[in-house]
Amino acid sequence: MEQHTHGAGVPLQIRSERLRSANPKDFPAVTIRDEQWRYLPVERLEGLDSEVQKFAGSLVGFPVQDSGNIVPGSISLPEDLVAANVFALNDTKFIKLVSADAPELLEIKASGTKQGLQFFISNEKFGKNTLVLNHTGSGSLAELIEIEVADESDLTLISIQNLEDDSVITSSQFARLGRNSKFKHIVVSIGGKTIRVVPAVSFAGTGAEVEMLGAYFANGDQHIEHRPFVDHNMANCTSNVAYKGALQGAKAHTVWVGDVLIRQAAEGTKTYELNRNLLLTDGARADSVPNLEIETGQIEGAGHASASGRFDDEQLFYLQARGIPEIEAKRLVVKGFLNDVISQIGLPDLQEELNGIIEAKLEGKQK
Amino acid sequence: MAILEIKNLHVSVETEAGSKEILRGVDLTIRSGETHAIMGPNGSGKSTLAYSIAGHPKYEVTEGEILLDGENVLEMSPDERARAGLFLAMQYPVEIPGISVSNFLRTAKTAIDGEAPALRPWIKEVKEAMTNLRMDAAFSERNVNEGFSGGEKKRHEILQLELLKPAFAVLDETDSGLDVDALKIVSEGVNRAQEANNLGVLLITHYTRILKYIKPDFVHVFVAGKVAEEGGPELADRLEAEGYDRYLS
Repeated sequence: MEQHTHGAGVPLQIRSERLRSANPKDFPAVTIRDEQWRYLPVERLEGLDSEVQKFAGSLVGFPVQDSGNIVPGSISLPEDLVAANVFALNDTKFIKLVSADAPELLEIKASGTKQGLQFFISNEKFGKNTLVLNHTGSGSLAELIEIEVADESDLTLISIQNLEDDSVITSSQFARLGRNSKFKHIVVSIGGKTIRVVPAVSFAGTGAEVEMLGAYFANGDQHIEHRPFVDHNMANCTSNVAYKGALQGAKAHTVWVGDVLIRQAAEGTKTYELNRNLLLTDGARADSVPNLEIETGQIEGAGHASASGRFDDEQLFYLQARGIPEIEAKRLVVKGFLNDVISQIGLPDLQEELNGIIEAKLEGKQK
Repeated sequence: MAILEIKNLHVSVETEAGSKEILRGVDLTIRSGETHAIMGPNGSGKSTLAYSIAGHPKYEVTEGEILLDGENVLEMSPDERARAGLFLAMQYPVEIPGISVSNFLRTAKTAIDGEAPALRPWIKEVKEAMTNLRMDAAFSERNVNEGFSGGEKKRHEILQLELLKPAFAVLDETDSGLDVDALKIVSEGVNRAQEANNLGVLLITHYTRILKYIKPDFVHVFVAGKVAEEGGPELADRLEAEGYDRYLS
């Protein structure tokens, strides 16, 4: 069991100083000696770090446009080699959101190996939208998403990673929040051999609020990694980051690295980040690293918490002593644990589907 | 009329120094409606008896039998024992994050009965039982035992006893850590459960004060893993006056 490690072993790198570039050649090769890759063996990328082809899977649901009044890279240039490989394809799909009553759904169905996909999502001024990106299918896919949350707008973006057992997905998601905007980002990672999601938020105006939630469940030999980053570069913004994960099986591995940077200009910032992991079996490994850098004393509050605990024999005994069989006891605990996040999706059918997958994983019917 | 028989029970636990025998031949017979108090000094094996009846995996039965209406309890998993009608009110109930009390109670009830309770009568029954135990309604939305005070944990145990309606209940030091008011409330709950369901009670305690509220029919004094003396309620009065010293020399 890994507890609250403060980046021991590898020199801490100030997140804001990380290289950003459109050119893959600017990035060094992926190695575990690099902080951002330290937990991910390069083989797991299955070549996404060498080069990628244009996406050959299918996009079903919300209509994407091949061009628009957008400048790829204007929110952020890629921060790592895999994302830069995607950028180099020079093929950005445009998702333009205008206020809608119902949530919009886009299924991104992967098919084939070593593919790259780039999106630019724009939520217009005063717009209030929910968009679900449901990643399914099989293969290896590198994704790069930029998200413009305009002034006074409200966007909920849900990214579900539910691919086949043999699949690999990496997704860099950069959001920039306008003045007084609200952004809720929910990540659910359950299906795929290797999943790596790096959501990053920065601000273009004051008074914005971001909530970043995550739920994940790793079993078999799954590697599931999340690296949320909030760059408080404007005054009076609020961020709340909360990720919860369950692990089952001796080879399951999850990684959560939560970076929060409060810059000198970001007076009046309020931030909290939390990661909790529930280990259902021996041998599973949860790395959890909260990093908080504060460059100004004039903030409202900043805190972090990280804990990884076992679903232990005493808890199991307690539930069994009330007549509840072992498998149902585990189901109850895991569903309860992850439901804090899942229930916030707000789409009952999708929530039910995800809960069904979680149950199947618990019973060993699905990886 | 149900009967719980414990015959020549020997139980060991694994310690760093190897296997250690805690129970050394316990005989006890409890019938529906009866209240048996198990009293004894610390370390005499009282809690080991409680956990062994409930089937905690840490305790290994090396000899003897536990029979519930003639059925071999030792072959059952803890959940099977609960469904067969045994209940253990724990001394230290564990926290279970992520599960609300209401969800937990409904799941347990469904498991015990083999079918989900009808919703409206169930909600009414839970509410009533909580009111009787002076538990606030907001309690049911909290996670099981999470952040509960000592008294709240014990009330929650007795709430389950009243709702799950077992045939036999083992109360493991339910009185520990309770002030007089809470002790009364909890004891009333046990008495209600006994009256409603003809419950057989095995009351494990170090002190005699709970016996003012829950009247035992039989008192068994536990010393060094065996029953050292047995008698009626008068034996408890004697223990009150004399303590356990005369058993320990």
